[in-house]
Amino acid sequence: MGKEIAIRDAYGDALLNLGKKNDKVVVLESDVGSSSKSIVFGKEFPERYFNVGISEFNMVSMSTGFASEGFIPFVNTFAVFMTTRGADPIQSIIAYDSLNVKIAGTYAGLSDSYDGASHQSITDISFVRSIPNMTVISVSDAVETAKAVEAIADYNGPVYLRLSRAPAPTIFDDNYDFRIGKGVELKNGKDVAIIATGTILHNALKAAELLNEEGIEATVINIHTIKPIDEELIINAAKRTGAVVTVEEHSIYGGLGSAVAEVLSKKCPTPMEFVGATNFAESGDYNQLLEKYGYSPRSIAEKAKMVINKK
Amino acid sequence: MMTIERKDELQNLCLRFRNDLIDLLHSIQTGHPGGSLSCTEIVTTLFFEKMNIDPQNPSKEGRDRFIMSKGHACPMLYLNMAEKGYFPKEDLKSLRQIDSHLQGHPCAHKTIGVELSTGPLGMGLGAGLGMALGEKLKNSEASIYVLLGDGEIQEGGIWEAAMAASKYKANNLVAILDNNGVQLDGTLEEIMPMGSIGDKFAAFGWNVIRCDGHDVESFSNAVDEAKKSDDKPSIIIAKTIKGKGVSFMEGKNTWHGKPIDNNEYKQAKAELGGLV
Ligand SMILES: Cc1ncc(C[n+]2csc(CCOP(=O)(O)OP(=O)(O)O)c2C)c(N)n1
Ligand SMILES: [Mg+2]
Repeated sequence: MGKEIAIRDAYGDALLNLGKKNDKVVVLESDVGSSSKSIVFGKEFPERYFNVGISEFNMVSMSTGFASEGFIPFVNTFAVFMTTRGADPIQSIIAYDSLNVKIAGTYAGLSDSYDGASHQSITDISFVRSIPNMTVISVSDAVETAKAVEAIADYNGPVYLRLSRAPAPTIFDDNYDFRIGKGVELKNGKDVAIIATGTILHNALKAAELLNEEGIEATVINIHTIKPIDEELIINAAKRTGAVVTVEEHSIYGGLGSAVAEVLSKKCPTPMEFVGATNFAESGDYNQLLEKYGYSPRSIAEKAKMVINKK
Repeated sequence: MMTIERKDELQNLCLRFRNDLIDLLHSIQTGHPGGSLSCTEIVTTLFFEKMNIDPQNPSKEGRDRFIMSKGHACPMLYLNMAEKGYFPKEDLKSLRQIDSHLQGHPCAHKTIGVELSTGPLGMGLGAGLGMALGEKLKNSEASIYVLLGDGEIQEGGIWEAAMAASKYKANNLVAILDNNGVQLDGTLEEIMPMGSIGDKFAAFGWNVIRCDGHDVESFSNAVDEAKKSDDKPSIIIAKTIKGKGVSFMEGKNTWHGKPIDNNEYKQAKAELGGLV
């Protein structure tokens, strides 16, 4: 794996590049531009950058107006504030009218580790995923972030883009063919399928290595588009392995795990285990939190063995 | 009126808290110095001069309540609470670390004596109003103090609470505005100019009081005045400086939540007259 790049830095650069190519792109911010890195766009294009202060509800409402005017608004704040304060206009205007708004929720999962549970986001996916017309994307490294920003700008419709504060090793290279709705198989093994989303994908890959040392061959799949989800890839992996573990820095209720379970229970019932949150976390070092709350490679490997035993 | 001796005592306490704050945030390399330093006199005067509270009996009926709606300034709250005796001072160094009861933002179910979990800005005033009306139903004399950031009041929920507090004549509700003129991405002027905040609250039916937020006596008098209000909620607009006491932090949004490096630490401590 390549060098570590913080997802938020990759996002800021991607927005800037997009701004250079497409003058329809406008960026809205609610006083966390130095955290979300939307400020990188704002410095270059001050006339297309709207920092409306600490007023997420208004910011998201405003984005709907820009969309009706034919612009492509990217709205920015922490994932947790976006999907709580911004929830109403997201559901009742953006999604309802299928507006071309790109909703970027940053500091997702436990990545805002020291700020504590009030700033971490473990329910955003379940909210946006349950709303009709929404596309939901969650990225795992800097390259994927850049590609996703381009892809969602080209796509006409509402998109939630889930971003992290955490630095992540680079998995993909510039030839990476990112397509909305298409999952990526990173490892092909016959014993168990580990399906992950977001930067925690790295721990899923490490878990596969641990399993390999014990003679267990794991498939590892990156699901960057949680909705619409890549049913075919998931079903094929389930058929081949007969055991599935999902991994997400999010509640196990309503997130990636639920999405995968919905597909499999209908089309290919398969034993599953879920790595994710069942409770609020707390303040602390990010890696210590990942360890304590069950996201370490070892914990993921344990869950994989549990589900293999259920075959 | 505050005696000169008492004023000295409180000022010394504030200076010690500023020193301890810098020590603490330097040692853990995370946390929010700017907004903690700007509310030092406000929080300290409330805890050590004004509020009827008992750390031995933290949920005593009829106690005054303090809500730190601008939750990111909680290191200053924790310093006051430890000094008061809510928990051992040794706990302070576990701030923001795993398994600590001292969370990065106030957590009512983890830290005994914290009245409301905050962090997401803009909810403390509504919660405080609920407490104020609840106390009234219980015929209590308690005052409810809510500390707001001046960026925080850009949240619509603040103004919804302001309307409701006026309707219900919550004269036992005392909002305190830490009016440091700076938010996260810049000054209020740059990010979202608030115009005359006093006029806005007055138009919402509030009793508006102004004071120097770094003068314990001025703030203490403002609280006395707020308690005299007979049918209006009060807001004390306390003029403050973000990062107060450390020259290179003063008025700088960049010091909202930045780790303090070793050189900065030495300089800050020298300015505060503290030992490194
Ligand atoms: C709803 C919400 N939006 C954004 C944030 C991120 N945030 C934390 S502090 C802050 C700036 C606060 O400025 P101000 O209220 O003026 O506080 P102070 O200057 O006293 O530190 C922001 C935007 C938050 N905590 N909650
Ligand atoms: Mg301020």
